[in-house]
Amino acid sequence: MSDKKNWPLWEVFVRSKNGLEHRHCGSLHAADEDMALENARDVYTRRSEGVSIWVVESKNITASNPENNGEMFEPAHDKVYRHPTFYDLPDEVKHM
Amino acid sequence: MSEEQIKNLETQFEARIARDEKIEPKDWMPEKYRKTHIRQMSQHAHSEIVGMLPEGNWITRAPSLRRKVALLAKVQDEAGHGLYLYSACETLGVSREELYEQLHSGKAKYSSIFNYPTVTWADMGAVGWLVDGAAIINQVPLCNTSYGPYARAMVRVCKEESFHQRQGYEIMIKLANGTPEQKELAQDALNRWWWPSLMMLGPTDAESIHTEQSMKWKLKRKSNDDLRQQFIDQTVPQAELIGLTIPDPDLKWNEEKGMYDFGEIDWDEFWQVVKGHGPMNKERMKARVGAWEEGEWVRDAAMAYADKKQERKQKQAI
Repeated sequence: MSDKKNWPLWEVFVRSKNGLEHRHCGSLHAADEDMALENARDVYTRRSEGVSIWVVESKNITASNPENNGEMFEPAHDKVYRHPTFYDLPDEVKHM
Repeated sequence: MSEEQIKNLETQFEARIARDEKIEPKDWMPEKYRKTHIRQMSQHAHSEIVGMLPEGNWITRAPSLRRKVALLAKVQDEAGHGLYLYSACETLGVSREELYEQLHSGKAKYSSIFNYPTVTWADMGAVGWLVDGAAIINQVPLCNTSYGPYARAMVRVCKEESFHQRQGYEIMIKLANGTPEQKELAQDALNRWWWPSLMMLGPTDAESIHTEQSMKWKLKRKSNDDLRQQFIDQTVPQAELIGLTIPDPDLKWNEEKGMYDFGEIDWDEFWQVVKGHGPMNKERMKARVGAWEEGEWVRDAAMAYADKKQERKQKQAI
């Protein structure tokens, strides 16, 4: 038997209905992936909030660091030419 | 980091909150913000978990299947709410085991309302109606609190909580319209739960040590006294509607202020219960710690089974 280990943490993603994406809805502890799925059903879909669940062990998620948000996200701020409103069109053009 | 740099970061941080920006787990935050949130969120989670005990007491004795499934679902919700809140708390870098340890050792507090006994079926009505009612008043403003994971957990909790109060009030309606004995049960439950429910909204503003800082961080949006007044003003007409009497001889509608005046709250009783001398403090902790200890072999077995499956998978892969 393994020496006493605590149940690892899992992140739970739920698709509320077909056609929508899975969304992160919280986390929970479980011994393995099967138990994580069962617990996720009981904790996060007691009122039919989902039709599909993903569970991922939290340690497998790589996240960006908010301290680096400058280098990470600022380069997009001055690229207004990526948005349709950057381009001038005559008023006569209604739909484009 | 120099003191000046920290000061600078703190100023920026306070400004973000003032602009209604949310704080997320990996963002820089003052140590005091982190500690205060761990304290409040874990206290909240503990209250949900201990809160299952007084009602769990009546599941097997519910008077009908309709009442039984509702009570069972409510208690299961409380377990869920505890889990949402523990998870939210863990995002601040504290482990579930530490949180449990704080509860079991008595270092962490939970809502003192759960240290009162549930002696009759009518108590299931009074708890749902009054205790959940007061909890909702406390919790709704928290859906907008500054810490993202807490706010999101509260949105889920509040969505689920309103059924709790309705099922309690429905029990009270039935009893209040029943036989004289049943009506007496309902009145007796109201008599016992009224004052503890008022205390649940916390010490008076003059006595409350955390209010000012908590207001700034949006951990609190209204003062304890304002919340209490709101609870009284909304609950008194509900009692009148079903012919029950609020056990407060000083309760009177104040035309001028447009709210109820009410009698003195026995704060000595409140502090006694907070300090561990309520009627059920020992009993609650014994049940909670007992459940944790007796479940240890189940948790260990699940972990051992998970390890075994993992090993088997690895062997097959070779």
